[in-house]
Amino acid sequence: MPLSPQPLHLAVALDGAGWHPVAWREPAARPAELFTARYWTDLVAEAERGLLDFVTFEDSLSLQSSRPDGPDGRTDRIRGRLDAVLIAARVAPLTRHIGLVPTALVTHTEPFHLSKAIATLDHVSLGRAGVRVRVSGRADEFAHVGRRTAPARPVTAAAVRELFTEAGDYVEVLNRLWDSWEDGAEIRDVASGRFIDRAKLHYIDFEGAEFSVKGPSITPRPPQGRPPVAALAHDTVPYELVAGSAEIGFVTPRDADDARAIVARIRDAQGAAGRADETVHVFGDLLVYLDDAPGAAAERRARLDERAGEAYTSDAPVFTGTPTELADVLQEGREAGLTGFRLRPAALPHDLERITRALVPELGRRGLFRTEYGAGTLRGLLGLPRPANRYATA
Amino acid sequence: MSKPVKQIHLAAHFPGVNNATVWSDPAAGSQIDFSSFTHFARTAERAKFDFLFLAEGLRLREQNGEIYDLDVVGRPDTFIVLSALAAVTDKLGLAGTVNSTFNEPYEVARQFASLDHLSAGRAAWNVVTSWDEFTGQNFRRGGYLEQEDRYERAKQFLAAAWELFDSWHGDEIVADRESGLFLAHPDPGGFDHHVRQFDISGHFNVPRGPQGRPVIFQAGDSDEGREFAASAADAIFTRHGTFESGKAFYADVKGRLARYGRSPDELKILPGVTFALGDTDADAREKAAVIRRQQVSGQTAIRLLEQLWNRDLSSYDPDGPLPDLDPVPGENTVARGRASVRMHRYPLATAARWRALAEEKDLSIRDLVIEVTGRQTFIGSPATVAAALNDFVQADASDGFILTPHLTPGGLDEFADTVVPLLQERSVFRTEYEGDTLRDHLGLRTPVPAAH
Repeated sequence: MPLSPQPLHLAVALDGAGWHPVAWREPAARPAELFTARYWTDLVAEAERGLLDFVTFEDSLSLQSSRPDGPDGRTDRIRGRLDAVLIAARVAPLTRHIGLVPTALVTHTEPFHLSKAIATLDHVSLGRAGVRVRVSGRADEFAHVGRRTAPARPVTAAAVRELFTEAGDYVEVLNRLWDSWEDGAEIRDVASGRFIDRAKLHYIDFEGAEFSVKGPSITPRPPQGRPPVAALAHDTVPYELVAGSAEIGFVTPRDADDARAIVARIRDAQGAAGRADETVHVFGDLLVYLDDAPGAAAERRARLDERAGEAYTSDAPVFTGTPTELADVLQEGREAGLTGFRLRPAALPHDLERITRALVPELGRRGLFRTEYGAGTLRGLLGLPRPANRYATA
Repeated sequence: MSKPVKQIHLAAHFPGVNNATVWSDPAAGSQIDFSSFTHFARTAERAKFDFLFLAEGLRLREQNGEIYDLDVVGRPDTFIVLSALAAVTDKLGLAGTVNSTFNEPYEVARQFASLDHLSAGRAAWNVVTSWDEFTGQNFRRGGYLEQEDRYERAKQFLAAAWELFDSWHGDEIVADRESGLFLAHPDPGGFDHHVRQFDISGHFNVPRGPQGRPVIFQAGDSDEGREFAASAADAIFTRHGTFESGKAFYADVKGRLARYGRSPDELKILPGVTFALGDTDADAREKAAVIRRQQVSGQTAIRLLEQLWNRDLSSYDPDGPLPDLDPVPGENTVARGRASVRMHRYPLATAARWRALAEEKDLSIRDLVIEVTGRQTFIGSPATVAAALNDFVQADASDGFILTPHLTPGGLDEFADTVVPLLQERSVFRTEYEGDTLRDHLGLRTPVPAAH
């Protein structure tokens, strides 16, 4: 009897009208609605119909650009975006099961603010919040915030390490602030007149190179205890951030062998960080063009590229084909040690609907994916335990 | 010629984290659960209120070196709650306080611009500045600022945010599939802001929101605050909730507008007020007294007294007389993270006044504190309160009110059910929303951006 296959976790990365730069011109696209709540609500509702673990929302503190340091002056592509954390909040009351993982820039924002924002997103969504932390090296983002100067280009390894060390500090502060209220700190004890048991509130007293934070948070501990933290990683230093600080890593292996190697590196780094016994998901990022008819996805990709005037390349590997073929690829990745995938739809809503309506049922038939939502929280969907509070003594 | 009848503006302030919020009542619910906010917002929207208002706190309050535990403690993030409330309401304005000290203009401007898009034009920003080092310990931008730099930074923060809101003019996005043109201009959102406090430049990345700029509130009563409001704000959230001081404040602020080429109706004056209702006026007075005793327990009375006395008074009996000791002058070291202690500007004189009052009326510490702090602004039957609110507005003591109930989340229900219909009968409050945006509700024009 064959072993039953290991189930997969599946997320979708939402951005604009999809990841292909001219996807906004497709017939099903809604480019005039990108800045409306309804657009985002419809996309997340579709992802939830597909029983996905979570959606991510991309974000930046600059205009989208094909250049690494500043705007490119193009008028033929989507420019402008709404704050990802606020989109997630807007969608939360209208969904019930799916995890909501907005991107937040840790290089330029206040950990205290982000901590309470994600804690509140977790309260509003009843335990479905996560956050993807993004490190910024872009000169335009530094200039927009103006607090410090961007690292000189080309960015040195030392400068990269510094930014990622700061990101690690940032996540440490998030986690400490989420723990700074023990569960049950709010007692509402009429007899003694005390609203809280202040022995269950804790200063976090974090001192780092870039910031220090006293605490406690102003927002009580979120329903999940600590919402899961995710990060995209392409190289050693970011792998270490995933291994040392995150519970979900998004990686971009070229093939199954590369996936095996990356997973091994992250597992090693996890051990070095003293987290060998903790669950850290390693998701493969994959840009997808999906059509049911053989050859149709390749044709569509070619048409999009032609319209764009150049072939669209991505940091993530690209899949072009049918949902059944994609299921094979995902299964292979699972066997190579990836615990899930974050799919980047080339065009929205087209490729999202092929994921939810064709890929997911196919994976379900193979016993690789849930056929209904069970757990009520994002941690539950991901099989992550609710973490103990570092400050709790009893 | 008689003066035209003014329409009243009403807003609902979610109960906060001071002793005015009664948590010991069996009807008191969570200050964190989203269901509380939904209940509160839906009541406000059912009653056709202009907007809902959320305050902000960035450090838990302390007294005598310990986290203060007698009041409601803890609150959610303002932006997240407002954005989520946009999903469960259709017309209600969504206003929040966001500190300009522990933030960056680019980030705050894009959060409010995003909220304005996601709520289809219902966002409002109450701009406050706070610079205490105590709160600053939670932030990168927590360093000490000299007194003169504080005002400068506050002003320059808003000027920078203003430039960012206006950096997109509203006609950039064409999104034309056929021509392939997404943008009408290759360089949207350009800004360049070089002042002492902020050295920023580049491109804002949120297109102009439905309201052009979110509605801007200013919440200070100082001379500088008034002048700033007259120059740039759309509304003032003031403490002048009594008839006489309201009239004086109203005349003063409205009188400043002409200097900035603005007309009196371009700035709404909305005092924060409280209320207690009953079937009859006598019944309401009784209820008001009960609520006051809930708000000021014996323990709370001692703590509030300490905030003026600036010393530990825990050995005093709340049912006994006031301390003979005088307050400790100078910096308040007893209570931290509390804006209200800054209002005790002359503690010795205030203490003397309180002592005299207590002697004259034979009041205990608790009675005295109940008497001199936070009495409800409007007390009476629905008919009495409706008449008083209307008189207040028609006499130009305000343009409306920001109401703070004492209970979460149901404290607004009775007002919505009993007082609002009476105001509507008098034709001084809307029976249906006439527009979609908060600017529509407040009768404010949508700002027109400068030409390219």
